[in-house]
Amino acid sequence: MAPAPELPSHSILKLAAIGTLAGAFSGLFGVGGGTIIVPLLILWFGYGERLATGTSLAAIVLIGLLGALAQGGIYGNVHLLTGLWLAVPAVLGVVIGTAIQQRISQRAVSLLFAALLVAIAIELIIQ
Amino acid sequence: MDELIAALIAVAGGLTGGIVGVGGGILFVPALTIFLGLTQVEAESTSLLMIVIVALVGAYRQSGYGNVDLRAALVVGALSPLGVLIGVVVANSVSERALQLSFAGLALFMAFRLVRRALPAEPR
Repeated sequence: MAPAPELPSHSILKLAAIGTLAGAFSGLFGVGGGTIIVPLLILWFGYGERLATGTSLAAIVLIGLLGALAQGGIYGNVHLLTGLWLAVPAVLGVVIGTAIQQRISQRAVSLLFAALLVAIAIELIIQ
Repeated sequence: MDELIAALIAVAGGLTGGIVGVGGGILFVPALTIFLGLTQVEAESTSLLMIVIVALVGAYRQSGYGNVDLRAALVVGALSPLGVLIGVVVANSVSERALQLSFAGLALFMAFRLVRRALPAEPR
């Protein structure tokens, strides 16, 4: 079961800040909140990489659900069938990915994440 | 053929999501626009649906491994709509280029901190 560390009020404020930042950046750049959530959980809270990425995925469910409801309900831009069939291989990928993650070092996860951040930065700069 | 390539990219997006804890939209959106012919806006919306499904399964698997702090996830997720609102206000008042460069700078800074933290200290 998930570890349930004590959450003092300043931690809740930091978590709220992470959520607000994640929402702001996903709205501004179309990047998932994970880009912000994972590094801040590691750097601000000292979470291990596995706990940070797992918690990020759980938060993304909520963030994405709120976003998808707004988009689908207000704008009607979601292609439901296309999204559902393409989600099948994507789910296969995430099941394999989480299994792989348990077998590599947490340090490797941090380095892979840093590489992803650098790639995002380069893409933003050359745009 | 295009469907097969899109499916392979979707697998890669899911893999990335599972390993580093992001939604995978970085790969889903191009798969949807380039290989399945959706417009950018349609692709971003549809990608969001895929992200929810992928993140749900990923979070479920991670919780099985003991790697989910559910309370933290709920606080972060619940506050995100506030951030979206702030993002819209900021986007309307600051140039897009300035925003891109600021986020690029932040991403590079976080990458630097993660590498510093992950690599062993200087040899003695």
